[in-house]
Amino acid sequence: MASLLGRFCRKLVVPGSAHGARMVSTTSSCGSETVKSLNLYSAINQALHIALETDPRSYVFGEDVGFGGVFRCTTGLAERFGKNRVFNTPLCEQGIVGFGIGLAAMGNRAVVEIQFADYIYPAFDQIVNEAAKFRYRSGNQFNCGGLTIRAPYGAVGHGGHYHSQSPEAFFCHVPGIKVVIPRSPREAKGLLLSSIRDPNPVVFFEPKWLYRQAVEEVPEHDYMIPLSEAEVIREGNDITLVGWGAQLTVMEQACLDAEKEGISCELIDLKTLLPWDKETVEASVKKTGRLLISHEAPVTGGFGAEISATILERCFLKLEAPVSRVCGLDTPFPLVFEPFYMPTKNKILDAIKSTVNY
Amino acid sequence: MALSRLSLRSNRFLRPSTTAAALPSSIRRHVSTDTTPITIETAVPFESHLCDAPSRSVETSSAEILSFFRDMARMRRMEIAADSLYKSKLIRGFCHLYDGQEALAVGMEAAITRKDAIITSYRDHCTFLGRGGELVDAFSELMGRKRGCSNGKGGSMHFYKKDACFYGGHGIVGAQIPLGCGLAFAQKYSKEEFVTFTLYGDGAANQGQLFEALNIAALWDLPAILVCENNHYGMGTATWRSAKSPAYFKRGDYVPGLKVDGMDALAVKQACKFAKEHALKNGPIVLEMDTYRYHGHSMSDPGSTYRTRDEVSGVRQVRDPIERVRKLLLSHDIATEKELKDMEKEVRKEVDDAVAQAKESPVPEPSELFTNMYVKDCGVESFGADRKELKVTLT
Repeated sequence: MASLLGRFCRKLVVPGSAHGARMVSTTSSCGSETVKSLNLYSAINQALHIALETDPRSYVFGEDVGFGGVFRCTTGLAERFGKNRVFNTPLCEQGIVGFGIGLAAMGNRAVVEIQFADYIYPAFDQIVNEAAKFRYRSGNQFNCGGLTIRAPYGAVGHGGHYHSQSPEAFFCHVPGIKVVIPRSPREAKGLLLSSIRDPNPVVFFEPKWLYRQAVEEVPEHDYMIPLSEAEVIREGNDITLVGWGAQLTVMEQACLDAEKEGISCELIDLKTLLPWDKETVEASVKKTGRLLISHEAPVTGGFGAEISATILERCFLKLEAPVSRVCGLDTPFPLVFEPFYMPTKNKILDAIKSTVNY
Repeated sequence: MALSRLSLRSNRFLRPSTTAAALPSSIRRHVSTDTTPITIETAVPFESHLCDAPSRSVETSSAEILSFFRDMARMRRMEIAADSLYKSKLIRGFCHLYDGQEALAVGMEAAITRKDAIITSYRDHCTFLGRGGELVDAFSELMGRKRGCSNGKGGSMHFYKKDACFYGGHGIVGAQIPLGCGLAFAQKYSKEEFVTFTLYGDGAANQGQLFEALNIAALWDLPAILVCENNHYGMGTATWRSAKSPAYFKRGDYVPGLKVDGMDALAVKQACKFAKEHALKNGPIVLEMDTYRYHGHSMSDPGSTYRTRDEVSGVRQVRDPIERVRKLLLSHDIATEKELKDMEKEVRKEVDDAVAQAKESPVPEPSELFTNMYVKDCGVESFGADRKELKVTLT
């Protein structure tokens, strides 16, 4: 019992850069690039610096961003670009996003920070009813494509009910916006720059657990990673695993353990959840015949359900086993019970084995 | 003889008190347990908006002022103990400390009953204590143990006490404001002449839901008292940088308001008493409590990146609520220095004992993860690490 209650720890290996696995990547990169070892918040910080540098009509604002933000993602921006472009807002999420939509409607790039994804709900109406539908309802006269909303999401070990939530599923249900979730520093920088420059409003969730924990070689130049393109970060033949964000680290561990038992796993990083790359996942499942989806958000109504239904439609005759979802439990994100709630490596491994042996 | 006369006196305490133990004979003194009324002038006058300010002369008694001292000392000690428990990782998650703002909690309690409702933000440890909460329940909840006031499932931000009408402890900023007005609505229906105190901070004062709630409360004449605990910093942002109008007591516009020196327990008491009478007759009122917190926003915030150490120590020297009451007690000869120091030592021991007791409480059962979501069984199955063995039906 005591061991179950002990803190589970996540390994720090960044998926995709693991030893031995051949990476099938769609990252664009030019000739000889200088890289630097950076953690997630530094990579995001670099992306923001580049975004503000390259477009004089871009702004970064939110609660406490001026001094660098509670996770240091906005360090140095106010000093470099001035208080007219990087500024603090009062404590009002609804107001902040609405304000961002207005700014974007005038042709600017508004990079809005919501301090924790758990606080995004007061802004939900603005995102769903205003941002997502602006272009549609004005017959393309107006749009708020320059809007990007950044929010740290996900478990952090001790966040409790309101500092650990994964609300991506709510937003994936809204046509008109894009939902992007990076898995590592290198991905984050490229995806954030793509999101900011994408002509559609984007909600960008950053895995807060990885802000300091994940370290990777990140190119220093300006580069973008295309949206709506999933990446196979580990090749395999027996089962396809799909995930995003920090959960991929856990899934990679499960893949390594499964390999020791002779199961070859293919791991896919979805990267963009809305609109998601159905083709890549479909091609992989047609090859392996099995699918497992894992995310921290509660299982019922989570985004895994959408992936499962779509793949079922497209790959029904090729499936050897039911689609497995290893997700958070259907409870509010708990305080002391976090280790029970989380979709841990063991739960995933167990599900891999059940699916393969179906 | 003298001793029995004194014990009779102490039985005449009508106010519910958080002191569990009777005063030991070593500090029992004629004057210090006196309940005969005395009048003290508040140092700072009240500022009012759309109403007449209450008088600066506060009716109190030696016993009451002494209880202020004891209760505030207990609250202060609890917060400091929580600080060290957090640093030794026995408290995890988020921990927002109230030290510096104790006068608000005790002053408010002195003016109201346990049937009036209080609802507040995440900085709720001392409010819980003020409502009659036990130290051991508070520490247990902080450490996530079964003995905690929310059975270990809430944590620092979610202390509740139903029998004292304390509606908690809320993590989302400003969310408790419309809730508090709802409580007031229910109280108005019951016609029992009770009110609701809804506490929020200067950061939350910019939330749209405050204005929605104010409008409804004023429209329907609800007995709601909205108390803005203005400690001048919304996390790391000073009020002058986040509010166009930092006169929070005037923000109600058509709702009357009062600005109070929140570091003076007697001023707080007077204001809350006035507000309760007002709310029962005329509907909502806004109280702005000018207060200060010594710690940062939470334990992750050193509290020194957005304000100078001189500022913090300056407030501690000039406006500390406990020191103010201590000076009052000494100057009015209600207690001696030694008696007060002894009282502080007792409080310290009380807190240490409570911490030790709380540490012994076990964590909640794992099955508690699934309890209290719905009332009836919704029949959903959930799997543990081994699919075949652990199946729990959600309750």
